[in-house]
Amino acid sequence: MADAHKLEIFKGLIKFKSNTQKIWGVLILLSIITAVEVVLGIYKPDALMTSVLGMKLLNWIFIILTIVKAYYITWDFMHMRDEAPGLRRAVVWTAIFLICYLVFILLVEGGYVESVYASGYIKRDF
Amino acid sequence: MNTTVVNTGTEGKQWGGGNEPLKSSYGKMMMWFFIVSDALTFSGFLAAYGFSRFKFIDSWPIADEVFTHVPFLHGQELPMIYVAFMTFVLIMSSVTMVLAVDAGHHMKKAKVTFYMFLTIIGGLIFVGSQAWEWATFIQGDYGAIQTKGGNILQFGEYKTVNGEEVFKRVALADFVTAEQKMRTEHENKNGLWFVGESSLPTYTVDEVLKGLKSHSNVLVRTQIINEEGHKTVLSREESIKQIANNGKAVVEGANLQVNEYGSPLFADFFFFITGFHGFHVFSGVVLNIIIFFNVILGTYERRGSYEMVEKVGLYWHFVDLVWVFVFTFFYLV
Repeated sequence: MADAHKLEIFKGLIKFKSNTQKIWGVLILLSIITAVEVVLGIYKPDALMTSVLGMKLLNWIFIILTIVKAYYITWDFMHMRDEAPGLRRAVVWTAIFLICYLVFILLVEGGYVESVYASGYIKRDF
Repeated sequence: MNTTVVNTGTEGKQWGGGNEPLKSSYGKMMMWFFIVSDALTFSGFLAAYGFSRFKFIDSWPIADEVFTHVPFLHGQELPMIYVAFMTFVLIMSSVTMVLAVDAGHHMKKAKVTFYMFLTIIGGLIFVGSQAWEWATFIQGDYGAIQTKGGNILQFGEYKTVNGEEVFKRVALADFVTAEQKMRTEHENKNGLWFVGESSLPTYTVDEVLKGLKSHSNVLVRTQIINEEGHKTVLSREESIKQIANNGKAVVEGANLQVNEYGSPLFADFFFFITGFHGFHVFSGVVLNIIIFFNVILGTYERRGSYEMVEKVGLYWHFVDLVWVFVFTFFYLV
């Protein structure tokens, strides 16, 4: 078990000598990502406030960085990298499919309700 | 004569049974099953938050203006610093957890004990921070007026900071004077025992209106977000008109009914999602403590495997994983 760890991240770009070393490496990576998020969140550069696909570019960056963080937590801290492909796919793709489905439905519906308030004949605020 | 077939003749073959195609123990697999279902629960909550936010996209509170406090640093506006600290604490305790799992693989009891201990401390710091965050949020800082339509009107003034005109919030206490009141808090000992009410706000709407009229620098800010991404600030005449015609109640802090930061839904989801997550952290700490004592007692040393540490570790990392998403969708986006 102990020697079954895959000790590389970034498709082998960075290789670690031991599992302990890999853990610290991943911690540094996650800390850097969090620091970038916080700095962007505080300063909110104007260049990133343009709208891309219905949402601010800055928000897309936040979401992508979050998914990157989630990937490393699952793959290295939860040892998903070392599990059998069957288990990995059963867990990851089930969750990804259902979450994407739910988020899509609810956000589209929320946007529709907003458009009814904004342009329809229903008044909420008297 | 036997009437049941005992041997099928497929022993040792692929379809003979007893295979473990996922190469994972029962306990670990069940923990993964639980994590998938719990992940769906949390995404249900976060998607519901997204639904409500999209519904009121033009008037949703801006998280940067809500969570600006850091313990021991009173009166300073430091958005996100404390949440970033909390995130780091949780990631750090995830690291000590995975180090404990790793030490378990090498059957090093002392190291497992030490790292489990650090993990528990990290979890406790996080839960404590969250309690502080809740207390600050419930207490509120500036106070606001709720209109008849349920909207929130806040107060502020234009100040020049570094040569730029900036809108700064003003607390009710800075321009409103409380007067002698006829209305006292109704307690259930004074009448019907089942009828009581929560504590009354410090000021009445009339007092706020008086204070607004006598301070010519104070303006009203509505919840509507303009093109620049800021909340709309009303003119002086419009400010007084809004409070006089539509002001219904003074709101201080946040609870499940009203919220001085804006939409009450924001507070509802904040309490519900961070509360549910905090409950997960709390139960994670309890599980960690149980495992910690089992490690000390040598249960896993005798069992010959520290897999239990790995299983509770999976749960602990999952709690961290959820926080990463809560952090993004509540505080950043």
